[in-house]
Amino acid sequence: MAIGIGTDHAADRTLEPGTASSPWPPRRSRVLRLPRSAKMLSGLGILTFFLLWAIIGPFVAPYSPDQTFANSAVPLPPSGAHLLGTTALQQDVLSQLLVGGGSTILVSLIAGVIATMLSVAIGVSAGYLGGLADDLLSMLANIFLVLPALPLLIILFGFLGHSGSNNELVVGLIIAVTGWAFGARVLRAQTLSLRNRDYVDSARIIGESRLRIIATEILPNLTPVVATSFLFTTLYGVGTYTALAFLDLVNPNWSWGGMLFYGQLSNAEVAGYWWWFVPPGLAVALLGSSLALLNFGIDEFINPRLRAAGLARRAGRREWARARRRPEIGLTPVIRSAGGGHDG
Amino acid sequence: MTGEALLEIQGLCVDYGLGPDAVHAVDGADLVLHRGEALGLAGESGSGKSTLAMAATRLLRPPGVITGGDVRLHSDNGAVVDLLEADFAGLRVLRWSQVSLVLQSAMNALNPVFTIRAQLTDALTAHLPQLSKRDRLARAVELLEMVGISGDRLGSHPHELSGGMRQRVMIAMALALRPQVVIMDEPTTALDVVTQREILEELKELRDQFGFAILFITHDLSLLIEIADSIAVMYAGRLVERAPAASLFKAPRHPYTLGLLSSFPPLHGPRIPMTGIPGSPPDLRQLPSGCVFHPRCRFAFDRCAAEAPPLVTIGTGGSRLVACWQQAPDRPVPAEIAAPEPDQQLLPLTTAPAQKETTPVTGAASAATAAAAEHGSPA
Amino acid sequence: MRTLARRLAFYLVTAFIAVSLDFFIPRLIPGNPVDAVLAKMQGVTITKATINALELQFGVGTKASLWAQYTHFWGNLLHGNLGVSVSNGFAPVSTVIRGALPWTLGLVGFATLISWLLGTLIGALVAWRRGSWLDNLLPVTTFFQAAPYFFLAFLALDLFSTKLGWFPSGQGHSNLDFPAFNWTYLSDVLDHAVLPALTIVVASAAGWIVTMRNVMLTTMDEDYVLIAAAKGLPKSRVVWYAARNAILPSVSGFSLAIGFIVSGALLTEIVFSYPGLGLLLVDAVGDNDYALLQGLFLIITFAVLAANLIADFVYVFLDPRTRQEA
Repeated sequence: MAIGIGTDHAADRTLEPGTASSPWPPRRSRVLRLPRSAKMLSGLGILTFFLLWAIIGPFVAPYSPDQTFANSAVPLPPSGAHLLGTTALQQDVLSQLLVGGGSTILVSLIAGVIATMLSVAIGVSAGYLGGLADDLLSMLANIFLVLPALPLLIILFGFLGHSGSNNELVVGLIIAVTGWAFGARVLRAQTLSLRNRDYVDSARIIGESRLRIIATEILPNLTPVVATSFLFTTLYGVGTYTALAFLDLVNPNWSWGGMLFYGQLSNAEVAGYWWWFVPPGLAVALLGSSLALLNFGIDEFINPRLRAAGLARRAGRREWARARRRPEIGLTPVIRSAGGGHDG
Repeated sequence: MTGEALLEIQGLCVDYGLGPDAVHAVDGADLVLHRGEALGLAGESGSGKSTLAMAATRLLRPPGVITGGDVRLHSDNGAVVDLLEADFAGLRVLRWSQVSLVLQSAMNALNPVFTIRAQLTDALTAHLPQLSKRDRLARAVELLEMVGISGDRLGSHPHELSGGMRQRVMIAMALALRPQVVIMDEPTTALDVVTQREILEELKELRDQFGFAILFITHDLSLLIEIADSIAVMYAGRLVERAPAASLFKAPRHPYTLGLLSSFPPLHGPRIPMTGIPGSPPDLRQLPSGCVFHPRCRFAFDRCAAEAPPLVTIGTGGSRLVACWQQAPDRPVPAEIAAPEPDQQLLPLTTAPAQKETTPVTGAASAATAAAAEHGSPA
Repeated sequence: MRTLARRLAFYLVTAFIAVSLDFFIPRLIPGNPVDAVLAKMQGVTITKATINALELQFGVGTKASLWAQYTHFWGNLLHGNLGVSVSNGFAPVSTVIRGALPWTLGLVGFATLISWLLGTLIGALVAWRRGSWLDNLLPVTTFFQAAPYFFLAFLALDLFSTKLGWFPSGQGHSNLDFPAFNWTYLSDVLDHAVLPALTIVVASAAGWIVTMRNVMLTTMDEDYVLIAAAKGLPKSRVVWYAARNAILPSVSGFSLAIGFIVSGALLTEIVFSYPGLGLLLVDAVGDNDYALLQGLFLIITFAVLAANLIADFVYVFLDPRTRQEA
């Protein structure tokens, strides 16, 4: 086959790495060739930073987050002794910030891992098994998808009280139970399309067991989608956990959401104690952004159109800039200086 | 072949992308389409035939870039327009009224959320704003019935029609403004053979009736037997041969054409061994030196690897062009590509369409004649 | 039509499950909810009847079977009886919610609509003019999408109210105004709604922008957009050809997003002390007012399901392919 240059309209329009024109399964090497885009690298960088923060934070904190310094009646702005100022109870904001990262990241990761496992199990089964199993599992996923998560979590944790809600694992698990549905739906759709590929059919005809087919033929090709799903659910975990802490429904061991809760209690935003609420909020936003950026990067990798838009931007960017043109539909640019070196 | 030049493409060069990684999809293509002529443009996938046609009309999608050449359109009001220099407004006037387009998959080329009525009339609204709504509707009905579809399907959406009907709608849509040229890019490839034949028959009738030129792009040479007056063959972004249809089929002059012709079996006549073409089309980023076809050519000799042959006129009449060193006058030509020219009368091809006194519709000028044309012209 | 009927049936099933969850959760969680309620109510006189009602509500120490309790629960619900709210002077939960609901509906409905319109418009623009400076908007939107709603609310309050003094610092209206359909009251309400609405719009628009942009990019490669350009249609119509198709996933995505947006909006209300359901929520949590919590969960869930149904209607209207009768 000639190298496709887009002239053949019957060219594949699907979004998966394994294209329809080839009956052979795309091998794992395709997954490892991740593009080095700015989005992915910055996302990865920021995420690594936060992971380190979670681990090292408590050791680097100048004071204990609970320790109070009975200096003043109102929160103090940043100073030499307290780099990020103090709270209304005269606790050091910086220490709270450093220690609070741990629970947020831990809970989010736990939620992400468990939710992803659930969505893989349910989504792939639904897609592969089809029939009644598919109908039931899809129904289950749709219900969880449409039920608003936060109100459900609020009554769950509201009734749970403070007894069970300070264990990161339990919190992560409960959050995961509300967050698996989206990934399951995407995985089901991907499994459905993969299931009809020739190589899966041939494996079935040979008589390989269902589990083996799923494990060896289908799962490897789902890796990018699973990765996206994991990042998305972790992002969801960050936001949800912070919201729950903000409502004082959970507070294992200092968290950014918890800091915001106390801030709100003392009307920090109205009184202008910005050093109290800006750092934790900013931290959550940056952590979330890093996950989203990584997700964009993987998205661009999966979707060839987005990737082409990105690559086209990167490749020959200097030339495009020099030509001062922007690609437009219906007005193919004429750049004669780029020609030359052709014969005949 | 018949009439004067309508669309002249000279030395067109088209790349995908810019900079060192650019792919040279079309390299110095020369093509002339004459008034009322049905020109087939044949070649494998990746030969650049669609790219050529799209680039000539500035409809090539990003990252396509035109890097050289000239394209001139002889508008029906006498003006000659340089398509590569025109701006968006200038192109807009010409589009659909002079040159229209039919694509391979009507399911993709018709907007799924709009009715057939809307898609048949929007070009009318854009180019003939003076038409009343009633006239536009009347014209839409007329167009549908012209391709054999009942007017009460106007309110349907594309997904409610069959594949063949959708393709007919595309053709009707393309003829809405009575253009001079209709570019058809694999218009029947997605259809079953029975529907294919129906569509081709319909096309021939319409052409006889209205006299428009067709640029019929396809990888299937056998289709061109039905409809083409002349055929041009492309390989790896270059024109390699052009000839009247009968001559091309009976007496090909380029080894690639010979290979293509022996790649599909005739349904009648004695059995002939199918040879096909050894090897595979080249990577456009790493083209062979000299003649791009030489690695796969059984007649290749040393000059072929060194220099690329130019597209030259051979024989008498000036209607045969070929780019092959074997056809150079200083050499004996191998017998396979030196068959005698067929007697043009013996083959039943589409005859030159009768010169019809159409009043073609243009965007800017002659609004009155346009109105007269809409009201007066027979369906 | 058939699709819509199926969707309606699905929402009814989901509503049923929500009610059942509402019933079972207090009974499955370890501990005695009634004790928790009473613990928060030191110094308030409670009648025995009220305690009985609470126990019935949560299934504590009753002799009735689970099934009897369940049907009783449903019976109450269908009569509009959601129990009593202990944090609001034992007023019926339904009354309490009814007071706050219009505020939330108004704010969230309005803000969500604006956010969707703005987001899809900007997204289409960014996609259409790909390669322009607009592409730089995308990382910015990522940041806003990741920032919690209530954090943005904090920022808005601090910046626009405390520091710049442009807008009031919370609540739905000044205490001095009495609810009436005159301009003073309405303008006051609007004045108080600007910041919360702005927060919700900024926080949620990012999602629409990115979705629309991505779908537009794919749609612009479709053949029918090329044909629109080939027809010599004005540029605006060519964009419309593409956008009219690209908008569909944003409408169907609305169903997924509305749950998040509502949750975020509730949190925003809390920060602004806006007299909507959010404020009730946080008070209920603080006072262990479980009956109110249960009622809020149901109302919020029903509202989200209703919004989903509306979005489904709009989708069928916009996409003729879904209207095909089998």
